[in-house]
Amino acid sequence: MQMNKRKTLGMTAYLLFLLTPIYWLLNMSFKQNDEILGALTLWPSNFTFDNYITIFSDPSWYMGYVNSMIYVGMNMVITLTVALPAAYAFSRYKFVGDKHLFFWLLTNRMAPPAVFLLPFFQLYSSVGLFDTHIAVALAHCLFTVPLAVWILEGFISGVPREVDETAFIDGYSFPRFFIRIFLPMIRSGIGVTAFFCFMFSWVELLLARTLTSVEAKPIAAIMTRTVGAAGIDWGLLSAAGILTIIPGILVIWFVRNHVAKGFALGRV
Amino acid sequence: MNKITNNKAWWLVLPVFLLVAFSAIVPIMTVVNYSVQDIFDQNTAYFVGAEWYREMLRSPRLLDSLLRQFSYSFSVLLIEVPLGIAVALMMPAKGRMASVSLILVAIPLLIPWNVVGTIWQTFSREDIGLFGWAVNSIGIDYNYASNASDAWFTVLLMDVWHWTSLIALLCYSGLRAIPEAFYQAARIDRASSWAIFRYIQLPRLKSVLVIGVLLRFMDSFMIYTEPFVLTGGGPGNSTTFLSQALTKMAIGQFDLGPAAAFSLIYYLIVLLVCYLFFTVINLQDKAK
Repeated sequence: MQMNKRKTLGMTAYLLFLLTPIYWLLNMSFKQNDEILGALTLWPSNFTFDNYITIFSDPSWYMGYVNSMIYVGMNMVITLTVALPAAYAFSRYKFVGDKHLFFWLLTNRMAPPAVFLLPFFQLYSSVGLFDTHIAVALAHCLFTVPLAVWILEGFISGVPREVDETAFIDGYSFPRFFIRIFLPMIRSGIGVTAFFCFMFSWVELLLARTLTSVEAKPIAAIMTRTVGAAGIDWGLLSAAGILTIIPGILVIWFVRNHVAKGFALGRV
Repeated sequence: MNKITNNKAWWLVLPVFLLVAFSAIVPIMTVVNYSVQDIFDQNTAYFVGAEWYREMLRSPRLLDSLLRQFSYSFSVLLIEVPLGIAVALMMPAKGRMASVSLILVAIPLLIPWNVVGTIWQTFSREDIGLFGWAVNSIGIDYNYASNASDAWFTVLLMDVWHWTSLIALLCYSGLRAIPEAFYQAARIDRASSWAIFRYIQLPRLKSVLVIGVLLRFMDSFMIYTEPFVLTGGGPGNSTTFLSQALTKMAIGQFDLGPAAAFSLIYYLIVLLVCYLFFTVINLQDKAK
């Protein structure tokens, strides 16, 4: 009993530590700038939605969210499409160079993105993809695909091979078996993988900003606009920040029951 | 599971290979190409061989930021791993509260990195931030924008805030996989809660902790966005980490050759550390 109380207390303290900075941002997003700069108030005294209204009424603001969603969605689709067969292959078969290939995939997560920016920019400009959503989606595949293969491989290894063999004996062709029987069996794995793709693609800014200028500019890059000649528009910045947190909360709500398994990369 | 040898499996892997190769091999070859040339503009470049590598390995500025980077990554691991394990142990295992705390703990991981910087900027400024104001009002002189050690502390605190959740969730999922029978056996043996942790929970956490430590090392070693938004690398150079120093050099000063040379050294360091870590863990597993 004593133990449980201590646990609850510790957990509450940690959650407070996590949520106070976010609360502060939320608090600021409902204030006007003179209140933010004038005095420290725990609750906005002039409660205002102005900052949010500015964002939702100006296309150059809200299109940033749309752009980010589009490339994150594309990234999820591309990643899952290529990673599923690959994860199946890694889980079921031995082939020449499989270990090396797997390690090489993972090393791509280790390349410091900051220093590869210029080459990325040149590469995507030269193939005519600069400032398109697909460019960002493809660039993010560099780190979402290895992770997706890793997670899915864990989930697929949890399905006994007898399932595959029985299906083949019953006369299923490989594609039909894969789509009709296999995919439904690992759907929680697919959900979790999609969540991880979202997580890593949504939070990334450097590549997304480098590969876009106008048409596909992500919200994170648009936020830098709040820094003007007259200083920083704190209220607007806070509101924009709060709006970037909401999609994440929605997404994790959908996968909350599977996320524990997903974090162990399907390997528990 | 014993696997069947079948080289046709390459067909299933080929799309992944092509996709990743497109975004990986061309840029890295471009960087290699830069690193052996002296580039003045688009049309003027001279081959200089290993000159940049020699020069960079002697440059005090980069070696400084490399040192800073290592001490940062190790402090991050030293704080986040024990704290993450503790949080995982404290998280409720079942019921509504379990879902709620799971979601709340995961929130920092889903915030864009520059917004994380913004959050901490607004939170710890001494004029408009709750944290900065609170620390100052209890009599500690704190200003992350002008004091180097305050800046360092704030960046570290921000990283702990941001990434402890990852370790916590990894460990949480590892803990959920321990069968109830293990705990029952421990109860029959009247094991202390420390003994339960040391001999039942910790060994089961090992595989997820390996992933956690690797991810945290890689990511903290490449950290760029958050300190860039929070402190801009300052005051002075006190929070200029490696990737920021390199970006400044490559894009700010257009010193492509030296920056590329050091990038490759940097990449090799990350690869080497991860490889060593992996090998040590594998050897330990085999020794058992």
